[in-house]
Amino acid sequence: MVLEAKHLRKVFQSGALLKKGQEKVAVDDVSFQLKTGESLAIVGESGSGKSTVARLVMRLIEASKGEIVWQGNDVTKMSDRQLRQHRQHIQMVFQDPFASLNPRMRIWESVAEGLRVHAPELNQSQRQEKVADMLERCGLSASTMQRYPHQFSGGQRQRIGIARALIVKPKVLVLDEPVSALDVSVQAQILNLLADIQADMGVAYLFISHDLSVVRHIAKRVLVMFQGKVVEEGSVLDVFTKPQHEYTQNLLAARPITHPSEREDIV
Amino acid sequence: MLEIKDLSLAIQHQETATMAVKNITLTISKGRVLGLVGESGCGKTLTAQAVLRLGEYQGIERVNGDILWHGESVFDMSDKRLRAMRGGQVAMIFQEPMTALNPVFSIGSQMVEVIRLHLGLSKSQAKEHAIHYLKDVGLDEAEELLNQYPDSLSGGMRQRVLIAMAMSLHPECIIADEPTTALDVSVQKRIIALLRKLQKENNLGMLLVTHDFGLVAEMCDDVVVMYAGEVVESGSVLDIFDHPAHPYTQALMGCRPEMVKEGESLTVIEGQVPAPGTWPKGCHFAPRCSRASEACQIKAIAANAWQDSGHQARCIHVQEQA
Repeated sequence: MVLEAKHLRKVFQSGALLKKGQEKVAVDDVSFQLKTGESLAIVGESGSGKSTVARLVMRLIEASKGEIVWQGNDVTKMSDRQLRQHRQHIQMVFQDPFASLNPRMRIWESVAEGLRVHAPELNQSQRQEKVADMLERCGLSASTMQRYPHQFSGGQRQRIGIARALIVKPKVLVLDEPVSALDVSVQAQILNLLADIQADMGVAYLFISHDLSVVRHIAKRVLVMFQGKVVEEGSVLDVFTKPQHEYTQNLLAARPITHPSEREDIV
Repeated sequence: MLEIKDLSLAIQHQETATMAVKNITLTISKGRVLGLVGESGCGKTLTAQAVLRLGEYQGIERVNGDILWHGESVFDMSDKRLRAMRGGQVAMIFQEPMTALNPVFSIGSQMVEVIRLHLGLSKSQAKEHAIHYLKDVGLDEAEELLNQYPDSLSGGMRQRVLIAMAMSLHPECIIADEPTTALDVSVQKRIIALLRKLQKENNLGMLLVTHDFGLVAEMCDDVVVMYAGEVVESGSVLDIFDHPAHPYTQALMGCRPEMVKEGESLTVIEGQVPAPGTWPKGCHFAPRCSRASEACQIKAIAANAWQDSGHQARCIHVQEQA
């Protein structure tokens, strides 16, 4: 086992969206285990708390309760220094790769950032070499590494985002809707890339998505979240073919049809 | 009812014009839903916006061709005539319902304004009218809703408000640009059902712009597939789903995750869509096409290079694969 979340809870206090004294339980008693090299998906609709779980796991926000156990250590209790070291093992890929790349940095610099922290012994040309290898691994020509993010398409930017996460050789990638902003043909390219990388590097994926057909394709196990709670979990096969919870059943029933003949009121 | 004829559009940017849409022809008929399908940047939204001449504000220029509304060219319309057509006869529903509503006015004041403008009703009549249409789209607490502001509504409710707003003006035709893309799946399903019901009941013509084949399967009677500024294939929805002819359509349909079995990798189209200004001379898809021959690269391929009773494709290699 690589990573275990135990009884995670996140309560948002009054802030931008909440009136004074108001509380919002975004994540309530969420537990799961992620094993080496496996893909675990979290599905749910907007507001279900799935992205909050991703951010808790990364410790981008602090949990109100619960533990995140990594190799026997509780991530929620790590000092800043320990956390920085820990981030070598767990990296994140975001939905909008443009928003997550600094527009003023050449892409090789963005990709190399993790190396500055986790491999400080490398000099610039060694770093560049590693970045070039990783970009090539992610399907981008190394000759593009001096360019800026705006010179790339959405799919290419997501490849850059993946390269940046992988450069420190993490054991876990947390992917928050990594293909939702992409066209279906580009989505297919990225999903295949993720499958190749997993087979190659043995990295485990925590894959957050609202798209059931994508989840079915990429993950073996799935958690279904609704209003902050896990309402169902199991193998993708079981959950998709024999959903137990009413919410999962409704979610599956709402899946888009794949052929006009499935229309309910075909004329 | 609405005809787009051989329309080409160019993007004006710092003295240079780049062709973005090339020789589009399509027809929207009363009571039918036409899907305009393609990936980002293929020109589908530009084409749809051109119907109401909305692109002109963003430096989109007509190069050639025409758009006829009941035989009248929209490019020859006076501003007054154009304003009456926008919303009144041809309504538009956008992808992002938040940006389409004004955040500083209540739902009621926005609806009453357009209803009075287009239908000439009094304020209280317009209010009644708005309530009727809000209820019609399933917003039962319409009276209270009139006093609320867009930010207090969910995405699905906002989209319903926009649909109610569109329907309240009795349009003959609706242009819907990715109307469900920003919504959760369960909300999508309900909005699709609502649009279908309204379209059928009112015998509306509809141009549905989308990249989502699920939505096409749910709603469309006819489909036009665009790639890199051109129409590559058109036909009935069953033609497109059961016998896609153009290699691009076939490849695009094959990319969907539900098309492969567990453990298989997805079918991909290698490379990327060429940006406007970098289109190849011949078939725009040729550089990515497994069937491309020399003939595909030499000169442009006709839109009806292959045809079979109403189904046509811009491809000279269709027969070979049958």
